[in-house]
Amino acid sequence: MPRLNAAQRHEVAFTLNGAPARVEVEPRTLLTDALRHGLGMTGTHVGCEHGACGACTITIDGMPARACLTLAVAVEGCDLRTVEGLAPEPGRLGVLQAAFRRHHALQCGFCTAGILMSLDAYLRHRPHATRDDLTDVIGGHLCRCTGYAPIIAAAVEAAALLRGEPTEETPTYA
Amino acid sequence: MKPARFDYLRAASLDEALEALTRHGDEARIVAGGQSLVPMLNMRLTKPALLVDLMRIETLCAPRRENGALVVPAGTRQALLLDRPGLADEVPLLAAALPLVGHVQTRARGTLCGSVAHADPSAEVPLCLVALEGEVHLRSAKRARRVRADDFFVGMMVTDRADDELVEAIALPVRRPGTGYAFAEMARRHGDFAIVACAGVVDGQRMRLAVGGVADRPTARDWPLLDGAALDDALNALAWDLGAGDDLHATARYRRDLVRRLGRRVLEQAAEEARRCQG
Ligand SMILES: Cc1cc2nc3c(=O)[nH]c(=O)nc-3n(C[C@@H](O)[C@H](O)[C@H](O)COP(=O)(O)OP(=O)(O)OC[C@H]3O[C@@H](n4cnc5c(N)ncnc54)[C@H](O)[C@@H]3O)c2cc1C
Ligand code: FES
Ligand code: FES
Repeated sequence: MPRLNAAQRHEVAFTLNGAPARVEVEPRTLLTDALRHGLGMTGTHVGCEHGACGACTITIDGMPARACLTLAVAVEGCDLRTVEGLAPEPGRLGVLQAAFRRHHALQCGFCTAGILMSLDAYLRHRPHATRDDLTDVIGGHLCRCTGYAPIIAAAVEAAALLRGEPTEETPTYA
Repeated sequence: MKPARFDYLRAASLDEALEALTRHGDEARIVAGGQSLVPMLNMRLTKPALLVDLMRIETLCAPRRENGALVVPAGTRQALLLDRPGLADEVPLLAAALPLVGHVQTRARGTLCGSVAHADPSAEVPLCLVALEGEVHLRSAKRARRVRADDFFVGMMVTDRADDELVEAIALPVRRPGTGYAFAEMARRHGDFAIVACAGVVDGQRMRLAVGGVADRPTARDWPLLDGAALDDALNALAWDLGAGDDLHATARYRRDLVRRLGRRVLEQAAEEARRCQG
């Protein structure tokens, strides 16, 4: 591959939420900025820009990743998913999103996009995840509002619903 | 926080990466999982002229067994190794330590060789490599060499690697019969870097304890089989020898205490396991 010059912009092509996408970036452009500024996809949030908070978490080829620690030029040809791709259609929430709503698992919502993407990736690979497993996944995120308990409850319930099991924590409204 | 400008080369082969390192020396920097390097770029703690990305080199992806060791190449991500069937039988120490390296989200990108090249004194993978007396496989365009883990780690984030070399792989000796392994660490929160981490390896004749997070590099000691007051004395001498310092996270005194307590815990646990697998 030719060397990409620092001062120039280069086109990167990848799949974003199932559709082809392209964006022009410098080699130093972080994937967070390519998504937010280059493509206007502002669902992916930016908290710390050093990997600590998890707000920017998306999935790359099905695995969770900190977009703030990923160079946009490095995802050429990859399959990216962001929070914008979670809902099945406009105006309807996915199972995980609906569980978050029922359990008040978000307040300001700053951390939510990243947590949803981590949980979505994890539950796809491990539908039988236990409460401890899910707590461990959420451990890679900071939430300053909820105290985590409702997030864990929502994750446990969503996992059970996705497995087709009746849930203990009966939703009060849907 | 954005990186300063750099050129970027997505190497298609090992030769292409090595050639770039030879040509650019310390102006070039390798990027693997980016989980340690990109934070440093974002904070402008480092400003390389060229980044050489190793992650598309297909020959560097798959771990393999070779001469009684699990050889983990530069492209193997931590999450991939953790999912390796039978890892707990093959290299039990690593199977115990890897889940403590960062979080699910950072292990999905970070590599084992990147952690070894980065050489943070608190990091778990370098500690396992030292405890198991493993090797680092280095390669430049001119030569390939193998360095014992004890000799590879030179100081705080300083290693024996030359600017034109890359860490091609690390070799972790597989479980030996009649040997027990144990790992324990104390961190502020699960997923944080350890304040002190200990890895113990015990067989019928000797016990080896490796300690991370205290000295400027992972450091190991070998003893004959000790217990009771003799073990207390040995652990106490080691705790003082490591030259613990005070920092934001812990006092020197707390660190020495952790070396004595976690050290005893992993050695006892490893000795117990060694007895079990002999019997
Ligand atoms: C929130 C968070 C928590 C973390 N917690 C921990 C923890 O608890 N324990 C821990 O050990 N680590 C932790 N880390 C760091 C760990 O995730 C990194 O994966 C690891 O330190 C570096 O691996 P990498 O593949 O990401 O390397 P990179 O970040 O790509 O590179 C790191 C350094 O190594 C060099 N390098 C990489 N590969 C090679 C190679 N093959 N040859 C020569 N040089 C090379 C690079 O030039 C760079 O200097 C954490 C990181 C984050 C963001
Ligand atoms: S913005 Fe990426 S982890 Fe905080
Ligand atoms: S809901 Fe506000 S940070 Fe989590």
